[in-house]
Amino acid sequence: MAKTIKISINGIFVEVEPGTTILNAAQQAGILIPTLCYHKDLCIAGNCRVCVVEIAGQKRLAAACATPCEEEMEIFTNSLNVHHSRKHIIELLLSEHNADCTSCYKNGSCELQKLASDYKILKQDFIPLVPFKNYTIDKLSPAIIKDDSKCIRCQRCVRTCEELQGVNALTVAYKGDQMKITTFFEKSINSVVCSTCGQCINHCPTGALVEKNYIEKVWDAIADKTKHVIVQTAPAVRVGLGEELGLKPGSRVTGKMVAALKRLGFDAVMDTDFTADLTIMEEGTELLMRLKGTLVDHDPEVKLPMATSCSPGWIKYIEHMYPEYLGHLSTCKSPQQMFGALAKTYYAKARNLDPETIVSVSVMPCTAKKFEANRTEMSDSGYRDVDYVLTTRELAIMIKQAGLDFMKMEDAHFDRLMGESTGAGVIFGATGGVMEAALRTVYELVTGWEVPFNNLNITPVRGMEGVKETTVKIENPLEEWVFLDGVELKCAVAHGLVNAKRVMDSVRSGESDYHFIEIMACPGGCLGGGGQPIPTSPEIRRKRAEAIYAEDEGMPLRKSHLNPEVIKIYKDFLEHPLGEKSHHLLHTHYTERERF
Amino acid sequence: MATSYQLKRADFIFKNENDWEEVLSKSFSRTPQELINELISSELKGRGGAGFPTGLKWKLTAEVANDTKYVICNADEGEPGTFKDREILSMVPFKVLTSMAVCGYVIGAKEGYVYLRGEYFFLLPELNKAISEFEYYCKETNIDFTIRIFMGSGAYICGEETALFESMEGKRGEPRNKPPFPSNSGYMGKPTVINNVETLAHTYTIFKYGAKRFYDLGVQYSRGSKLFSVSGDTPKPGIYELELGMSLADFVEEFGDGDTKAVQVGGASGFLVPRKRFNETAIGFQGKLIGISLPTGGSMMLFNSSRSMFNVLDNYLEFFREESCGQCTPCRVGCQQLLKGIKAVKRGEKNAKYLDKLLQLTETMKLTAKCGLGQSVANSFSSIVENFREEMIY
Repeated sequence: MAKTIKISINGIFVEVEPGTTILNAAQQAGILIPTLCYHKDLCIAGNCRVCVVEIAGQKRLAAACATPCEEEMEIFTNSLNVHHSRKHIIELLLSEHNADCTSCYKNGSCELQKLASDYKILKQDFIPLVPFKNYTIDKLSPAIIKDDSKCIRCQRCVRTCEELQGVNALTVAYKGDQMKITTFFEKSINSVVCSTCGQCINHCPTGALVEKNYIEKVWDAIADKTKHVIVQTAPAVRVGLGEELGLKPGSRVTGKMVAALKRLGFDAVMDTDFTADLTIMEEGTELLMRLKGTLVDHDPEVKLPMATSCSPGWIKYIEHMYPEYLGHLSTCKSPQQMFGALAKTYYAKARNLDPETIVSVSVMPCTAKKFEANRTEMSDSGYRDVDYVLTTRELAIMIKQAGLDFMKMEDAHFDRLMGESTGAGVIFGATGGVMEAALRTVYELVTGWEVPFNNLNITPVRGMEGVKETTVKIENPLEEWVFLDGVELKCAVAHGLVNAKRVMDSVRSGESDYHFIEIMACPGGCLGGGGQPIPTSPEIRRKRAEAIYAEDEGMPLRKSHLNPEVIKIYKDFLEHPLGEKSHHLLHTHYTERERF
Repeated sequence: MATSYQLKRADFIFKNENDWEEVLSKSFSRTPQELINELISSELKGRGGAGFPTGLKWKLTAEVANDTKYVICNADEGEPGTFKDREILSMVPFKVLTSMAVCGYVIGAKEGYVYLRGEYFFLLPELNKAISEFEYYCKETNIDFTIRIFMGSGAYICGEETALFESMEGKRGEPRNKPPFPSNSGYMGKPTVINNVETLAHTYTIFKYGAKRFYDLGVQYSRGSKLFSVSGDTPKPGIYELELGMSLADFVEEFGDGDTKAVQVGGASGFLVPRKRFNETAIGFQGKLIGISLPTGGSMMLFNSSRSMFNVLDNYLEFFREESCGQCTPCRVGCQQLLKGIKAVKRGEKNAKYLDKLLQLTETMKLTAKCGLGQSVANSFSSIVENFREEMIY
């Protein structure tokens, strides 16, 4: 290990590793330096200048986030120079910002607002610049609202879109006072390559990028006595929701969440995990059919590798960026949309309800799900399959509005018919989870034996590595699957679209010969989704992942094909995977999109 | 007034360059260490305006071990009021090319680039011709060095060295965080020497005549001669090579129209000096020889009593408002506030005290802006507002 560096911060001596920034060194010394453009997920920009500190012997102040410590540096984080400069910078940012805080969606959770409060900016001397600019709010996307008047040009969204997602839908244009964050030819975010993943929202410090919220619409539906309002909750919501309600990252609140939803007035509270299990049945069967088509029938029309289709951000991305690979996507709808299609058919019939009266709401860790629910083809039930999509954050807002003391809620259970799930459904919320769930089922269906990993935990596909690979060798299959004997099933898992790009490029170049690929648009999978609580960081996502796997281990059933309600739906309604009804309700097709 | 500060003309830069082949081969016959020492003892400082010791820059870059290094000639001459680099490139391009190749030899670089200001597009044919001839000679004499031209697109900020690298790499021209400095990580993340056109022309003089000839010009801390772009209310606008260290009074005596009210030294990012301070102001780098010493990239704008200093400042701020890259808060928002602020005071929408708030703001900009652009807006603003406050108000 290289020699450590000794510095002093506000008179406190600290020893740090070479390369440590002043910001991180200060943290070690228990000193907090305010930041805005800095984010743990992103490269260092050093453009907001809020984190400036004084270094003895230097004429100018230095950005703590961007300046590495040097031997014997004497740093002052709260000198009068620093204090005045910082205050000035916050004032400047406010002068350029539409500080209409009480009518802002981010009121109370805005980082600029917090700084203004911490530094007590009590009167604004500078000339407000917003009236001079010709801002329009982009509301055309069903998922994301972009309001440039609230943008402070920290470029966190631009770095997110480039570094985490490799999409570059958002970019910087113009210079000087005209400089702004925008899209290709300043088109609406709805008509460019944007995957609607919402990572920009998760990383925006202000209200410049927010989700389109459907809170009022859902309250209206709940209050409407003629409507039967049902709700489904995605696996990652239960390990995120607590953070919005005062709990530590990684808190599991499944039971309280269900109880709260019931108290909000939903007529039935059911689980997307159920359709996650169902997805495994459909998608697992589809994979086996594709393997047969390739290995036995040598059908050139059958595409391998097959890629998962649960993540609507990933779907929109591949439609824009790799349209020639749409045939590789599993035709399975995402669990949300499977649930939606079944809610207004299977559920309506079983409960003897007119599907017309059913309002189907979903709570998702995701903003792309809002886009997905709006896709024209998502109406196979004869109605809009999913009417409103709420993010984890929106649900937390509703819980607060309803005055529920979340911590005091008694755990409750999901309602029957589409509320039962297995551990395999839960792990859909983490990167690698769909792969793991699929392997647990597919391997067992083919061989009659459990997948050969200790306690069913397929650890090679877990964790936060950007691209993970594993190979599962099939030995002594059952008679029906004998053509798979000795086949080494090559699998890859990617999360974050920048890693999706890596995998897709290796598929395109022929470098890889995978059979099955799982891709999730967001870092960490759904648990790091664009609709999850803010802030996010690698550490927070790790905590949420631990909670997901703990949830899995705590389930009595951990394999999708053992879910009794899944068995029941095939017996009573769908008949068998990839059957006629499945084909109609649970599968879909994809559309090539323009690449700008 | 001491006589040693009198204005002295020099004539090195534009003197014939027919001997470039000789200077090149002579330099290549010496060791890199010798050449670095020669440069260091000449005390040549960067002529772009910042004044970093050139010999030290080459030395630092030479010391970094890397197979790939670059030499870049900064010809993005964008400072309002300077036009000397254009003249050097059209009159004596071989001096610049020779120095680039010598620099390549010293630091271990095989590739050089001229980053040419977008507006200097018309120089391209002649410059390309010179480069072909130069490269041909290099090939003949087994000198492994190529030079390419990279055209800028007209952004002022791209004259800032790290923004220039970003621009060359095909990205948005925005300054980087420093450290790392170009000597460690410049163009393409490789060790890079980036010198102003004029600096390279001076190194030619030094390699030709030896360090002493250069060192003997100028005064302590500010050795050598420098090109000045003289413009404004002057009977003889143009480019002049003068020894550093002269007093501004002498300069005005030579170039003024008899009614000089103030001189802007160093372009829009420099300082405005009012008549009452001409005597105590010297033109050169740090070190207080007399009163204040002002560095300059060579822009000298003279204003006579017919000029409104409000209009002058308004014009500079319009320039900065537009030419700030927009990346960092103090510069992007600060420039807008300064411009809107002086207009509001002029119109009576803000009272005169608001000027003090704006002066404090320029202090913050100087302390906290990410690069030289935002840091230097304070120079012209405070020197104009402090010296001509009444013109800002009435």
